Amino acid sequence: MDTVPSEVRKLNFDDYSTAKHLEHAAAQAYARNFQDFLIVDVDAHHYENESYKEVFAYIESPVIRHDVIDSAQRPGRSAMINASVGNQNLGGRITRANLRRLQKVPADGRHRDIAMTLEWMDAMGVDYACMFPTPMLFLGLHPQVEIEVALCRAYNRWLCERILAVEPRLVSMLYIPFNDPEAAYKTVKDFGDCKGVVGFMVTSPRYRPVHDNAYMKTYALLEEMGKPISFHAAYSWEDRALQMTNRFISVHSLGFMWFNMIHMTNWVVNGLPERFPKLKVLWIESGLTWAYSLMQRLDHSYMMRTSDCPSLRRKPSEYMREMYFSSQPMEKPDDPSILEATFKMINAETQLLWSSDYPHWDFDLPGVIYDLPFLSEKAKRNILGANAARVFGLDTKVVKRIP
Amino acid sequence: MAEWFVAKAAELPEGDRRIVVAGKDEVGVFHHGGAYYAYSNYCVHSGGPACEGILINKVVDLIDADRTYQGQTFSDEVHFVCPWHGYEYELATGRCVGDRRLKLKKYQVVRRGDDIYVVT
Repeated sequence: MDTVPSEVRKLNFDDYSTAKHLEHAAAQAYARNFQDFLIVDVDAHHYENESYKEVFAYIESPVIRHDVIDSAQRPGRSAMINASVGNQNLGGRITRANLRRLQKVPADGRHRDIAMTLEWMDAMGVDYACMFPTPMLFLGLHPQVEIEVALCRAYNRWLCERILAVEPRLVSMLYIPFNDPEAAYKTVKDFGDCKGVVGFMVTSPRYRPVHDNAYMKTYALLEEMGKPISFHAAYSWEDRALQMTNRFISVHSLGFMWFNMIHMTNWVVNGLPERFPKLKVLWIESGLTWAYSLMQRLDHSYMMRTSDCPSLRRKPSEYMREMYFSSQPMEKPDDPSILEATFKMINAETQLLWSSDYPHWDFDLPGVIYDLPFLSEKAKRNILGANAARVFGLDTKVVKRIP
Repeated sequence: MAEWFVAKAAELPEGDRRIVVAGKDEVGVFHHGGAYYAYSNYCVHSGGPACEGILINKVVDLIDADRTYQGQTFSDEVHFVCPWHGYEYELATGRCVGDRRLKLKKYQVVRRGDDIYVVT
């Protein structure tokens, strides 16, 4: 037997490097030639709470700014910003959540948020990423609507000025304060032309129906601007139905579908696709099986109950098939023909947009799409980047630097 | 077959581990409970560094004789966890806890004098 000189690594939990954490992802990116084509991540996250000190300075109301800054000095006690009960990081099993604070970034003047984000993007082979917040995904459940409006505006201003204006590889669909329809309209009006703003996003856990007449002028404005509206899923353990679940797997699995199923149903049944035929609608982070199921469910009832939705001129699934869906967390059934049928159902080749959700616990790599045996090379490249570039109006030049 | 040097025995104490780059593969070598274990460092899920996460015991539900739920505790079964997504593996066998039909490739660990080697 040969004895071979070996490279041996010790494990060290006293420091952290995103590039090291994702070394296997970079190897996958090389092996699949991701440097040859565009990859766009339509749902990536930062932890905006790590920059709250900067964000809070943008709160325009002096009273709310004072109160929020004051309450932030007492972490773990009652705060002005609502948090969510949950166990996203699996009791410490997802190590990057705790270790990321140890990450060292180059002292080159870039914002830490930008430096950390570009590091994982390059490791995965991502050219552009659409950034979304993390704790603020639950802000639509805040009991004080004016707090949602104030914090949303502050975050959007911070994001546009400190991140998007500086780094061309980062874009965002800005948070709309949906609980205040006038503020929602003003958000689109004020930020629609800002650099890197490729659309607008509604956080799905909330209790305002999308068909309320108060939103029509916002949808009309978005349609006129050619900017998509997206619904970013999340869970709420405060929801009456979801309160019956007792484990995080339950509230997460159901919650990330639940609110988007409601919004989608209202959107279609009330004929919004007929009223806004050119408005691009994107459903984020609900996976794919919910759409496959809801299409069949609504079609079945529609044939018997057309009088419930007289604005529709086609079956619900036909409208849904013209919308866009982000891929993560992409379900992988043991029988791949089921996934293939799901892709067919949603016209994946033109309507599906790959997303990572990184750095969250259930992130996907581009390989979840690239390794599918039933997709052509063209379909893979569409889903991984070309579809998003078309929807967002992005440059298709490859700009990543896989380490 | 080749033997790859892992560490001097004294430098790999109980509870410690190493990642050995063996050609194009990576192997995680654990020293735990007086034994050495070596597995492929590529998670069956999406190729994450399966051997580089935390070690934690299996969580079990406590169900009474009358079938009522009485809480949870940790069992004696030790798992290592892929840090990317939380896939858990049994340290003694390399089997994936979520689907025990799946397992990481297991490697033999040998000790020659003071030196520990993994065989690929």
